[in-house]
Order: sequence, then structure tokens, then C-alpha cells
Amino acid sequence: MNDERYSRLTRILVPLLVGIAFLLLWEGLVRVSGVKPFVLPAPSAIAESLVVNFGSLMGSLWVTFRVTLAAFLLAVVGGVGLAIVFSQNRLIETALFPYAVALQVTPVVSIAPLIIIWVGYDRVEVAVLILAWIVAFFPILSNTALGLRSTDHNLRDLFRLYGASRWQVLSELQLPSALPYILAGMKISGGLALIGAVVAEFVAGSGAATGLAWRIVEAGNRLDIPRMFAALFLLSTLGICIFFCLTLIEQRLLRHWHESAIRREI
Amino acid sequence: MTVPPTPPLIGLKGIGKTYGSGTVALEGVDASVREGGFVSLVGPSGCGKSTLLRIIAGLIAPDHGQLSWPASGARPSDIGFVFQDATLMPWARVAENVYLPLKLKGVAENEAMPRVHDALARVGLTDFADAFPRELSGGMKMRVSIARALVTEPPVLLMDEPFAALDEFTRENLDDDLVTLWREQRFTAVFVTHSIYESVYLSERVLVMGARPGRILADIAIDAPYPRGRAFRESANYIETCARVSAALREGVAA
Repeated sequence: MNDERYSRLTRILVPLLVGIAFLLLWEGLVRVSGVKPFVLPAPSAIAESLVVNFGSLMGSLWVTFRVTLAAFLLAVVGGVGLAIVFSQNRLIETALFPYAVALQVTPVVSIAPLIIIWVGYDRVEVAVLILAWIVAFFPILSNTALGLRSTDHNLRDLFRLYGASRWQVLSELQLPSALPYILAGMKISGGLALIGAVVAEFVAGSGAATGLAWRIVEAGNRLDIPRMFAALFLLSTLGICIFFCLTLIEQRLLRHWHESAIRREI
Repeated sequence: MTVPPTPPLIGLKGIGKTYGSGTVALEGVDASVREGGFVSLVGPSGCGKSTLLRIIAGLIAPDHGQLSWPASGARPSDIGFVFQDATLMPWARVAENVYLPLKLKGVAENEAMPRVHDALARVGLTDFADAFPRELSGGMKMRVSIARALVTEPPVLLMDEPFAALDEFTRENLDDDLVTLWREQRFTAVFVTHSIYESVYLSERVLVMGARPGRILADIAIDAPYPRGRAFRESANYIETCARVSAALREGVAA
């Protein structure tokens, strides 16, 4: 077995074994100690709840996923777009950047009620989308803005020497060299979009929202803890999938040239 | 100093440049470069030789004095520039990097590719057109950089310590290849270096510069026919000329 195959196998197998061992320990402890299911359900009870409530949980997963994805995509478009505007005009950057920061540092929980009232209780999904977008937007904006400023000075001079237009400098030089920064921002934002969506749903509360966060609140109110764990499990799985997808995209786009994505032969 | 019979390509008169920090990078620089000539600027770091090169390229404007192009009337629209590091776009393959100057001028890819491959062939990198810069050695990256600078067949090639970071062996090879390219394509070359040996080996004339303020101390003609090769590197003439350049440099430090 060569080194590369060994390391790939280890990377998958070792965490998997740790997970299985953890679940077995959990199951065993719950059974031996006789803890009540509404305090700590056994993994088997959670799995059972997942099967029993499969329809409603999957529906909720789909709602949360849809909002998260939409918020994330809008954050990418908005964040990269605004960063490009900033890079083209210092005055606009000076004028707007403090407000982008203000939007970022204000906790989303505190503005959620306001946004929900403005958008209306009959359109909670839109409110959730806006709140998730606010949270996901800033990392992409600030990372892209940094990336667009970090181009090699000599390459900039070279473009100037050959009489490149602003558009050429942007599309041929600034955006490609900002790509690693943009992708790093996207990785942060993917997770944040999900967090934003969940927090917004919590705030939106009773009956209006139908996503996974609402399932968690609902299950908590009914002391249906196994179902709460089942929803939590799906939420984590969704978060992990988002992270993996973005990592995969990053590897694909950068594998030929960026140090972060290059596998070294030692 | 003899006055050339034809007007020079590059004329510098009383060039001065002071940076915002108050550093006087250049003061009262007068020089000229003949069309098709090979001139080296040699001097210690901080003598303003890179600044002078950037002024010639039009990347920065001088505070005083005049840059003129007596032979052509205006700055040529094509100027090749080679930086100290290869300054390649890491995300683009070698061929795309060499294509860049033509791309920025709006030359279509299918029309440009024969020229790109021709330029790569001239620097001996035909087989590496599809490689990424990170897969190449330092010397090969520099060759790509030279191919990129020459792909537009510019009348002027400006080089800012291009081989300074390379090992001695690679550097001598590139020196020889550069002279060959110069003799074939007859561009006007201005070469900045801090190596006395390299400047004497390569050029027809060496302009020795001193620091604080940056100025030209001596203008030394190198009297040896091309191609020069190993025989010249080992000749008494070469060693004696290097000693003269070195003496001129020391004078500048003492003064």
C-alpha cells in the first residue's frame, strides 16, 4: 500500500471509527444508567425518530436548505459585486464600507424581529432569507475586497505597460488573483448562511416558519427529545455537506496553481 | 565620448526624481542609447537604476529633465519589460502567460498562437507551453518572462536585474541566450544589474551609477566583438574592463 492511498484511507476511516465508538459508548451508557429519553435519548431512539418522522423532517430540511442556498448565492453575487465596485472607486468604498461593517457587527438576532415585521408574518421565508443573507454577505465582501487589492505590483505595472483597460485589469488580473480569497470567504459564508437561517427561524417562531429550526423548537416544546436530536443531526449533516462541497470546488479551481490546493510529494 | 552619427533611440537629459519620502532617487542624469544598442546600468542598491528604467518605460514620470526618443519621435507603443522575479500569472499556463501582451492588444488567440509558440521556441521552451509556472525552475520561469517580453517583437527591451536570483550556471546560460536573441532581433536593450561581470559580458556600454543622489559616474565602452562566449569571459580584456568598472564604482562610494 503506497503512502497516498494509506493517508486517504486513514482520513476517512479514523474519524468514522471514532464516531462509531462514540455512538456505541453513548448507547451503552444510556442503557446501563437508565437515563430518561426526554433527558438524553439513545442513538437508537434518535434513529427511530428519524425514520418515523422522515416525511416532516425531510420537508423541513428542504425548506432550510433552500433558504440557505439562496442566501448564500445572493451573498456571493452581492459580496463579489460590491467588492468590485469598491475596487473601482475609492470614494464609494470610503462612503459605504463603515455601513457594511455596521451591518455585520449588529447581532442578527437583534434585527430579526424588525425584519420580520417589515416583511410581514405571511412571508417569513423572505425575512429568513434576508437575515441569512446579511450574515453571509460580509465575509465574501471583505475577503474579495482584500483579494482584489492583493495583486502583484509588477503584474499591475506590466498590464499598464501594455495599455490594458480597467476591465482587462479586473478580469484578467484582479479577479483571478482574488479567487483564493473569494473561495475562502465563500467557505466561511456557507456555514454562516445556515446559522443565519436557523437563528432567523428561531426568532420568527410559532408556526410561521417550517424549517429545521422550527422542528427543533416544536420538539422541545413537546419534550420529544429524540426528534429534536434527529433534526439537529440533519442540520449538522447539511452544514457538513455545504462545507465539503465548497472545499471540493476550492480544490478543483485552485489545484494547478495555488499553494493551498497543491498536494506535495515529499 | 564620441557623438553617434545617427540620433539615439533613447535620450535622457537632466533626469531627476525625488520620492515622497524625500529620498533623491535620481539627480541630473544625462545619457543616450543608440538604436539597436545594448547598454547596462550597473550600481549599488539605491542608486536609482531601477527608477531610471521605469522612467524609460513610462511607468513613472521624472520630476525634472526630459526623456526623448530622437530616432522614433515618440515612445514606441511596444516596450518589452522583464522584472527581477519572473512575474508570471500563476493561474495561467506558460502559453497563456506569453500570450498576455497580445491578448491585451486585442490579437485573437488563433492568430496569436503561432507567435506565442515561436517566442517559446526561441527561449527553448517548446515542450513547456502547457505547463503551469509553479512546475518550472527559476531559470525556466525567467525564460518564459523573456518570451513574453519578446512576443510582440518590441523595438526596446528593458530588463530590471532579471537574472539576479538565479544560480551562476543558469545565469551564464541565460546571458548567452539573451545576447543571441539581441543579435537576431536587433532590439535596443537596457539591462539593469548589480553584477559588474554580467554588465561587462553583455553590453556594448556600461553606465556606472552611484547612490545618494542617484547619478551616472562613468560611461564605459566595452570593446569586444560579439558573439563573446567563454573565450571573452577568460580574456585579459574582460578582466581589465571589469576592473575599470569596479574602480569607477569605488570612486562613487568614496566621493
